[in-house]
Amino acid sequence: MNRPRGRAALLPGLWLAIFFALPFLLVLRLSLSDTALAIPPYAPQIDWSQGLAGLKAFFAGLDLEKYRQLGEDRLYLDAYLSSLRFAAAGTGLALLVGYPMAYGMARCRPGLRSLLLMLVILPFWTSFLIRVYAWIGILKPQGLLNAFLGLLGLEPLTLLYTPTAVQIGLVYSYLPFMVLPLYAALERQDQTLLEAAADLGASPLKSFWQVTFPLSLPGVIAGCLLCFIPMVGEFVIPDLLGGPGSLMIGRSIWMEFFANRDWPFASAVAVVLLVTLIAPILLYQRQQAKALEAAT
Amino acid sequence: MRRGPSWFNLVSLTVGFAFLYLPIVLLVAWSFNASRLVTVWGGFSTKWYVALLSDQQLLDAAWVTLRVGLLSATVATVLGTLAAIALARGGRFRGHTLFSGMIYAPLVMPEVIMGLALLLLFVALRFDRGFWTVTLAHTTLTLSYVAVVVHSRLITFDRALEEAAQDLGATPARAFMSVTLPNIFPAVLAGWMLAFTLSLDDLVIASFASGPGATTLPMRIYSQVRLGVTPEINAVCTILIAIVATGVIIWSLAMKWRSAGAARQALA
Repeated sequence: MNRPRGRAALLPGLWLAIFFALPFLLVLRLSLSDTALAIPPYAPQIDWSQGLAGLKAFFAGLDLEKYRQLGEDRLYLDAYLSSLRFAAAGTGLALLVGYPMAYGMARCRPGLRSLLLMLVILPFWTSFLIRVYAWIGILKPQGLLNAFLGLLGLEPLTLLYTPTAVQIGLVYSYLPFMVLPLYAALERQDQTLLEAAADLGASPLKSFWQVTFPLSLPGVIAGCLLCFIPMVGEFVIPDLLGGPGSLMIGRSIWMEFFANRDWPFASAVAVVLLVTLIAPILLYQRQQAKALEAAT
Repeated sequence: MRRGPSWFNLVSLTVGFAFLYLPIVLLVAWSFNASRLVTVWGGFSTKWYVALLSDQQLLDAAWVTLRVGLLSATVATVLGTLAAIALARGGRFRGHTLFSGMIYAPLVMPEVIMGLALLLLFVALRFDRGFWTVTLAHTTLTLSYVAVVVHSRLITFDRALEEAAQDLGATPARAFMSVTLPNIFPAVLAGWMLAFTLSLDDLVIASFASGPGATTLPMRIYSQVRLGVTPEINAVCTILIAIVATGVIIWSLAMKWRSAGAARQALA
């Protein structure tokens, strides 16, 4: 009966069509254009005064030139590959740190659990920029970590502006994104299953691997995707903590755009990044839809 | 019987939370440090906070950010709530798949791509970049988050209540206003707060969407941070953390109070 409620989609749908879908078509169109010394700095432009002929000339002017450039440039291939590597390692490490945390939280008594949950959510709401910035003071050569190592009589480490610093920043910033879905999956698990496994003679370790872990898999997948996808395109972390050695594609797009002002090239880089991420994004959406169906 | 946490659970919780909080705690401590050095404690001082008051550029940026945040969060809350209603109650209307795709995609879209895409739109539409373009961009980014938060509340809310109101003669709009909205209101408020903090925090999208004269606080902080750690920036960051922390704490207390109230009502 409430069918007309679909009408509620009209306004937000229209908004997203204009401010979300349309811009992506523009990125695609720009990636097929050429750089020009004009305002805006690309060609061809549609000449509406010539009607259909102008439109035809516009389409004839589009080409794959920027993609060819992109394919020939080793630097960009390296940047894509190193972004994927950083994101994969970051996701793996976040899972390694986040799983025991979520597991421990699910084991606490309910009062403590909600306090810990709040403590995970708090950094989730706090600015990335600020949290990444805090690491500069810790990792820099005269920073806190080296002062601490000095007290222990150890050699100082060079960490800031290295790939290690980027990796630490990624794990640190995205950890709450991993813990929240994991905790949600672990918290609602039926404890009697573990008792049954124990009654049947399974050791705690064995019942973890054969009962708890498989049941938490939806949370593991959701957490990994929520970390991996944005990590690949991350800009702030490699920019503030990484040096010239830590190439990441999000930073390349930013540089192409703001420093080199090559808008068509930046667009081509963005399109390729988006294509790389389509598979994980679709997987994430399917996962969300499944979780929704399970909830209703 | 539920097993309590083992020593392994306790160790992993301690290490995990220390990792999560140590940098934040240090940042707050540095902001009250009289010394400029991060490794030397020069005594407690609030001088960096006092210094902020005379930094006109920073105050301007804070004012821009506040206005963008309030406006974009409010518009995003209206649009996001409508979107959530359509998703939860609309059935499979035409374009449902595309619509839900557009709702969920911004949640995982790399910010750099979204910023670039929005900028190209503003250039194509010949909008002057500044306050309004940042507000439009932030509304687009945050409405998805509002939709997800409100939607999760709507699907757990008993639909029979709405239907009962309509059976008693309320129009769908009236049933929504007097039955559904009061019930989902905490989620709507949470959505607004989330949208506001996201707008407050955003650097990347604002940098693309903004123009001269509309520098937001994160943009200002970013340009300073690139020059290294300064006590003044530590102070700004501490203020922002305090705002977010206060919001989250009030929020969880309100939720607790609400569920306690509901429990009392159920018992009475």
